[in-house]
Amino acid sequence: MRLPCPLCGSRDIREFGYTGAALARPGGGDWSAAWDDYLHNRDNPAGETEELWYHGQGCGAWLVVRRDTVSHAVIAARLARREAGA
Amino acid sequence: MRFSALRILKEGLTGNRGWQAQWRDAAPKDSYDVVIIGGGGHGLATAYYLAARHGITNVAVLEKGYLGGGNVGRNTTIVRANYGLPGNSEFYSHSLRLWEGLEQELNYNVMMSQRGVLNLCHSDGQRDAFARRGNAMRNQGDDAELLDREGVRRMVPFLDFDNARFPIYGGLLQRRAGTARHDAVAWGFARGASARGVDLIQNCEVTGIDIEAGRVTGVQTTRGAIRAGKVAMIVAGRSSQVAAMAGMRLPIESHVLQAFVTEGLKPCLDHVVTFGMGHFYISQSDKGGLVFGGDLDFYASYAARGNLPIVEHVMEAGLALMPMIGNAQLLRSWGGIMDMSPDGSPIIDRTHVAGLYLNCGWCYGGFKAVPGSGDVTAHLVATDRPHPVAARFRLDRFATGRGLMDEEGTGSQHNLH
Repeated sequence: MRLPCPLCGSRDIREFGYTGAALARPGGGDWSAAWDDYLHNRDNPAGETEELWYHGQGCGAWLVVRRDTVSHAVIAARLARREAGA
Repeated sequence: MRFSALRILKEGLTGNRGWQAQWRDAAPKDSYDVVIIGGGGHGLATAYYLAARHGITNVAVLEKGYLGGGNVGRNTTIVRANYGLPGNSEFYSHSLRLWEGLEQELNYNVMMSQRGVLNLCHSDGQRDAFARRGNAMRNQGDDAELLDREGVRRMVPFLDFDNARFPIYGGLLQRRAGTARHDAVAWGFARGASARGVDLIQNCEVTGIDIEAGRVTGVQTTRGAIRAGKVAMIVAGRSSQVAAMAGMRLPIESHVLQAFVTEGLKPCLDHVVTFGMGHFYISQSDKGGLVFGGDLDFYASYAARGNLPIVEHVMEAGLALMPMIGNAQLLRSWGGIMDMSPDGSPIIDRTHVAGLYLNCGWCYGGFKAVPGSGDVTAHLVATDRPHPVAARFRLDRFATGRGLMDEEGTGSQHNLH
């Protein structure tokens, strides 16, 4: 599998760390059902999903990668810093 | 039909014409007391124990493919009870005891082989941790022996003891642990359940779960609607999709775990050996193939196949530990879909819907749990109360933070186990 880093181009997944589903972080610092949901519960789709990957052995950017969990096809990647709440 | 040495002799002398199918390939009825979604090891074991221990035989097991075609046939067949935390400790201990009597219970040869599982350690700190774990195992009533370097060398002299990065300091050995023939486990439970009246229904995918006034009333399937008093979802690998039909969003992320087997070799490896620091473990099947695996690929996947980096990592770790396997030809590799829970431990619990039960989150350890999981899930379904050895496998432990079972001590979030 190769990921298209917007800054570096197409790179092998060895350069990246997977950090889970790309979810909107809840507001507020106190424990709530929203935090439980954010930390633990997942749609976990068999198909297209959006995930955070960290290009740790490349440019250091955090990416939001759209990927198919059944075929392993990588559809798109964008910089995570432009995401509201990411 | 009962298996015995006499029967094998008689069939051998009469052309093996007397063997019959091991279970009925049933068609769905309109209604059952209990419907089990998932005809894998855990689902079949649950059906068996419902019939054998609780006398509940009006049961259907619904399998979207064929019996035993999922993860029960895609693992590395290891059976052990070497957990350290309350919850896991008593459960896997219970499961290992069921394994020890399983062939007599089922009258079926599951090729249970208590060849011993040896975990290697490579530092003083790791040896201390193993001593603690070994004591925990003995406290739970199971066996554990801490071996020094020479003790390990006597068992498995062909390892690289002087590896520059991970020299072998010793190991933790559980002699009662070992391997079993995974397909035979599914077949044995299927046969036992079917003989007691359970309908095993293949090519029957559940497409909906019927709920009325907070109570489950049945399921919709590709072979028609089936009414049910109780429904158990036992579909690790597809738990999120099935639970979503009941409006549930589970604390599960699916990952791929790869495994590998070489061509058949003469007997050379008598035990299961694990090299945790290299994320590598290995045993030799009775057919002679070296069966080994490593860590998760570490990204969400339903592909049942992995990527090259982990393949290379596993091969490198294997050669670092056992240089002698370098000339063996790799025959096959495959991936299994793991229900990864945030704390790395399973879930067996009731749900917010009355009569609907959940068994999931087996991470990469579901095979050794098969008899235990079947027994305790049958107890839960039959009595609506958790079995004492599985009372901590609660679904709400993540929301409350109480009773988390994080064996690795890495935290209770996804992607840490």
